Amino acid sequence: MMVPFSHVLLLAVILFALGAACAIARRNLIMILIGVEIMLNAAGLAFVGASLRWQHLDGQAFVIFILAVAASEVAVGLALIVYLQRRTGSVDANRYNLLKG
Amino acid sequence: MTFYTGIFYVLAFITAIATFMAITRRHALHAIVYLIISFFGTALLFYLLGAPFLALLEVIIYAGAIMVLFLFIIMMIQIRPSVQTWAAALKQWLPVILLGGIAFSLAVAMVFADPATPIPLKPAVAGPREFGHFLFEQYWFPVEIASFLLLIALVGALYLGRREGKSPANQTEKAP
Repeated sequence: MMVPFSHVLLLAVILFALGAACAIARRNLIMILIGVEIMLNAAGLAFVGASLRWQHLDGQAFVIFILAVAASEVAVGLALIVYLQRRTGSVDANRYNLLKG
Repeated sequence: MTFYTGIFYVLAFITAIATFMAITRRHALHAIVYLIISFFGTALLFYLLGAPFLALLEVIIYAGAIMVLFLFIIMMIQIRPSVQTWAAALKQWLPVILLGGIAFSLAVAMVFADPATPIPLKPAVAGPREFGHFLFEQYWFPVEIASFLLLIALVGALYLGRREGKSPANQTEKAP
């Protein structure tokens, strides 16, 4: 017999919280993107667990779309990071204070 | 406690520890390497939870493509490791640790205070053939939308990444 579904959810919660902490607390833009990736991955894990729990393939289909969204988000995000680095010479989120009064 | 249950807990432990190591590294390169371990662990968890095709995609797309993209960008732009005093770091991490701890303890409490008896997951495997049939019969329209999203992301990344030859900032760079 396998593990109960709640333990899979618990692991997904742990991973999601770690990703959110990374996205909030780090100041490097690349680390912020990594945190978003970890969060999307945790959501995918919860979806796959739910798919097995209810014996239905909908959850697995959603993970495909999560993969597509993650890939496109990383492509655009990294292009933005390169653009910002070329423009300001820094990838530190705290140093983008052009609009600060 | 069967063999698969043990494997699940070992993989869950490895994944959680690798993710924790990844988010606390100072240098982004080390974070990427730990994250690849974490994604491999997740891929094996997907395999264990009956999604072999998704496990493959996880390794190919997440651990392969996306992480290599991150590595390229890290090598392309030079990052100075940020110098931060302990007080500033604590000010940044303290709310996160507090709120994350509250969320985590709530989740644990919910899991263990659940009045319903925990239902053990029955092992089942959805092979690539059934999965593909299901995806392209039930979800053909979202698949089209996802492909459009990828196309738009490609165009956007190309537009953002182009070199502008006419802007004055670039000319001053090229002058010396």
